[in-house]
Amino acid sequence: MDSQNTFWKSAVKNGLLAGAIGLYSTLVGLVQAFNKRAVIEQLSLGHITLLLSWGVVAYVFLNHHRESESKGKLIAAGALVGGLGAFLVALLPMTAQWVDYHFVFVHAGPEMYSLLTFGKGPWLGSAMLVAVGALWGILIALVVSLPTFWRDSVVKAFLITITVGLLSDLFTGMTIGWMFQPFLGVEGLNILGAVLVFGLSIAYDYWSAHRKPKESAEAVATEPTGVTKSQLRRMVVGALALVVVAGLPLLLGSYLSHVLNMVGLYTIMGLGLNIVVGYAGLLDLGYVAFFALGAYTMGLLTSTGPLGIAHWTFWEAVPFSILVAMVAGILLGVPVLRMRGDYLAIVTLGFGEIIRILALSNWLKPLIGGAQGILLIPKPPLFGFKIQTPIHFYYLILVGIGIAAFVAYRLRESRLGRAWMAMREDEDVAEAMGIDLVVTKLTAFAFGASFSGLAGAIFASYVGSIFPHSFNLLISINVLSLIIVGGVGSMPGVFVGSLALVGLPELLREFAEYRMLIYGLSLIAMMLLKPEGFWPEPIRKRELREEVGD
Amino acid sequence: MEPILIAKGVTKRFGGLVAVNNLDFTIERGSIASVIGPNGAGKTTFFNCITGFYTPEEGKIIFDGREIQGLTPDRVTRMGIARTYQNIRLFSNMTALENIMVGRHPLMRHQWWDAILHTRRYKREEQEALEAARRLLNFVGLQGLGDQLARNLPYGAQRRLEIARALASEPKLLLLDEPTAGMNPQETSEMIRFIRHLRDELGLSILLIEHDMKVVMTISEKIAVMDFGKKIAEGKPEEIQRNPRVIEAYLGRGAASGIGKATATA
Amino acid sequence: MSEKIKYFLERLSWVDIMVWLFGLAILVIAVIGVIGSIHNAYYTKEQWMDFVVFGISQGGVYALIALGYTLVYGILFMINFAHGDIFMAGAFTGYFLAAKLNQYGIYNSHPIISLLLIMLLAMVTSVVVALITERVAYRPLRKAPRLVPLITAIGASFTIEYTFRGLYGSGVEAYPDMKIFVGKTSVFGLRILKVHLLVIILSILLMAGLYAYVQYTKAGKAMRAVAEDKDVASLMGVDVDRVIVNTFILGAALAGIAGVLYALIFKQVHFFMGFIPGIKAFTAAVVGGIGNVPGAMLGGFILGIFEALGPGLILEGLGIPASYQLKDVIAFTLLVLVLIFRPTGLMGERLSEEKV
Repeated sequence: MDSQNTFWKSAVKNGLLAGAIGLYSTLVGLVQAFNKRAVIEQLSLGHITLLLSWGVVAYVFLNHHRESESKGKLIAAGALVGGLGAFLVALLPMTAQWVDYHFVFVHAGPEMYSLLTFGKGPWLGSAMLVAVGALWGILIALVVSLPTFWRDSVVKAFLITITVGLLSDLFTGMTIGWMFQPFLGVEGLNILGAVLVFGLSIAYDYWSAHRKPKESAEAVATEPTGVTKSQLRRMVVGALALVVVAGLPLLLGSYLSHVLNMVGLYTIMGLGLNIVVGYAGLLDLGYVAFFALGAYTMGLLTSTGPLGIAHWTFWEAVPFSILVAMVAGILLGVPVLRMRGDYLAIVTLGFGEIIRILALSNWLKPLIGGAQGILLIPKPPLFGFKIQTPIHFYYLILVGIGIAAFVAYRLRESRLGRAWMAMREDEDVAEAMGIDLVVTKLTAFAFGASFSGLAGAIFASYVGSIFPHSFNLLISINVLSLIIVGGVGSMPGVFVGSLALVGLPELLREFAEYRMLIYGLSLIAMMLLKPEGFWPEPIRKRELREEVGD
Repeated sequence: MEPILIAKGVTKRFGGLVAVNNLDFTIERGSIASVIGPNGAGKTTFFNCITGFYTPEEGKIIFDGREIQGLTPDRVTRMGIARTYQNIRLFSNMTALENIMVGRHPLMRHQWWDAILHTRRYKREEQEALEAARRLLNFVGLQGLGDQLARNLPYGAQRRLEIARALASEPKLLLLDEPTAGMNPQETSEMIRFIRHLRDELGLSILLIEHDMKVVMTISEKIAVMDFGKKIAEGKPEEIQRNPRVIEAYLGRGAASGIGKATATA
Repeated sequence: MSEKIKYFLERLSWVDIMVWLFGLAILVIAVIGVIGSIHNAYYTKEQWMDFVVFGISQGGVYALIALGYTLVYGILFMINFAHGDIFMAGAFTGYFLAAKLNQYGIYNSHPIISLLLIMLLAMVTSVVVALITERVAYRPLRKAPRLVPLITAIGASFTIEYTFRGLYGSGVEAYPDMKIFVGKTSVFGLRILKVHLLVIILSILLMAGLYAYVQYTKAGKAMRAVAEDKDVASLMGVDVDRVIVNTFILGAALAGIAGVLYALIFKQVHFFMGFIPGIKAFTAAVVGGIGNVPGAMLGGFILGIFEALGPGLILEGLGIPASYQLKDVIAFTLLVLVLIFRPTGLMGERLSEEKV
């Protein structure tokens, strides 16, 4: 009897939590803002946000009691959690006639209420909302009580369908977009497309679950010979990837190429910060400073406007941009050499702000333009041809990523790379192993800064004019977030992170306003749930292999 | 031949507390020496003075004919002293092999440009380091575990990996801080044999800090006893066993400190 | 002789040399600036006094925020990066009550009650935000490596900022003027703004109260016990979790009040207002010696005065135009200098000696 009571008490508690999260996402404006994007037919991202706020709570709660409670009780509890969650949200439109929420909460207003009540007025609409919540809770309970394989597969398929629906713009924007037309609505997927994606995802799961044993047997069998099957396969995949990467902008068109370029610039910065934070374990929050220095050096050296001092070409200026950033990295590194991790974070944050404040100040205005910035930065020439459009820049940035990744990879596999990682793990012990901490820290700062300087230089030339406000703290936080989401210390993680955290928000314009909120939440969530990131660095197996490097 | 390490009048203070007080100690080449004493006697502080983690306020530490007090730990290590820690301190998110390769850092010369360009020097050194690391892995009996992350290894393996990492720098003097802490009798006797083996096979000089009297008495050729930062006795194991001051320090203080603790918690 | 030189050189680190040169360079620049300013006499004596009074009052606000950093640091050894935003939450929420009270005329008919209500609301908001942050972002990670809670704290900081941006909008709101605090008054023959006087008095009272609380009450003693040694404290029957929560509540309540005081001085509130004062207050905590309660108070006032005088006293003497733009640079420079040359802060030594 007692355990029964706690179960229902806990269900009520979770219902309240679901409601609180629902209210939060409504009042912060997420629901309303995301409502502008249809995912599947009429179902908008706003609806899905609300459903997810209740659904995640219900899922976690029900899943916890999956083994111990009967299916009927799970369904009832699901209805309770979902319904209660929806009721709390419905309180807003119901009480709106007496309380002026808008005085405090900017997003509260007729538009929000009508969205929550399906345009059916406060009473009928609220009842409908609660019903939807309860039904949704029941649906989740049904999914939870499926056998494990099917439960996971359904949840995965649901998430994949939403993601594909969200990104369906991507397909229409492509040069081969017409191929996908039958599955797309005006915006987002149509019912047919949604069912198809959902079904394919489940079918794939089923297929891969039933095929696994055979594959692992095959992998063992092909181990010892010269060029093995798996090696061959890797080479083919590599070649294919190369072709796709090279052809991507032609496929994607100008706007998506621009998105990719931003992803690329952040990737270069991410690879640099990954050296500092991921390898050497030095939490640098002022990373944007080096990006700014690279960009300003490029601007000053090449600009054809009044502030230009040398009128060089891009190619002549790039080494200097990198050099200036590198030297700054070392100079700013010296005072923080002896500081502990958390102090270092705040001091580097301060450095970043100082650079921005100086760039904005009247004092340096005659030199670097103050708030008006530096204009008329020319595009890079290339054998009589000009690198101009986003598609051209795509290749330039690709080369930049290539160089950065190459350098980062080779450094990691060296004495210096191991020293960085040892220092990250335990500074005192690293020093007792004969590692010179000063040199090791300063090289990490220098390499990190130089990558950022390179990205800044390309950025300046890409956008053509630079302003101090382009170099605020948020960029440092962006870069930090992307390496944490991808996996600290992981090079593939940097790519994944920048695609997810830079690419997605560029694609989903509705996100723009909530970008930093989502970054903040993802930093917390990653540390709590998946501190190793989505793509951690694989462990390099070397004890029994012969090769050193390549 | 002159001793490998001479400590003369080493004193280290923390605020008003004198952790090591005017300590003299000498380790002969190729010998196994031990420092013992009750908790808080200043043994580990003395270790930290030798390795450069602390700078003693007074006194000299002469290693291989050179004064080393006040040098940074990395330079001390590069001169040929390596150590392990009382509470194992491996690089836990690196593999066992990588841990040992970090230990080899002082013997490598290649710079970042060598690594980026894969020069001949880089390739040779990396090959050597990898081979040396595999050799050491076998030497400490961890073959097959080289690609495991250090934190995933069992306790005893971690202890031995730490020794392998210390050996990777090819030291002349090895400092072991309670190498048998937390081990059962069988593991302990294995460790004793292993430490002897190290000295006989590699010709190292070894300084131990140990709590376990049996271990100390079995393998040490010379023992110094510390209490309240001071050396209260020094000599061969048999001499130490018979020394009344040592017995008093161990038994008397043991009882006294027990009482002290009881009042502190009350 | 050459032996001795060699011995000395072997132990000399070029980092120390660089760092000392860096410090020396800043000192020389500062001295030149001060001489230049005094020589040119840009400001009258009254103006200098105004700067000082302004410095003390903003220093009082910094000190109140700094206490939150220091209390949490003393117990968890963690920089609560989101503390500046907890301060913002209180100030921003207080605005709506102020506006409502003003609308009904209560704001000026009963100014003291209004002020108390606003402060109460600000405190409650800040405390709620702090408690959620602690529960969600910090408590599950108490045993994690040091950088992990710092990263979640950064995440929490942005989450709070942009949550409030979403809730209250991105506009800049202005606290209405409270008539009785408009204008100047005379204290010891000194003409100072009433608002500044109010802020100085209130912040000093609060600090005295907090000091007494930590020093003499049972809860305060438990707090200090946990700060000394968590394990021993829990063995002696102190509920460590409870004490940590209390610490967050205390810090957040002070930050909430500080938010209202800040809004009274500067009038404006917006969602990003916590960032700079947050870093400044952290600087103040470090200057005073982080983990040390009186140190945070001292550090706050020192930083406030330094920042108020710095641009006029140091930068203008160097011929830098619009020097007030660079006042943040002065605060950061102070932070870096303190961390380099005296990382324990002005009053940190006493704490570390007590621990030995």
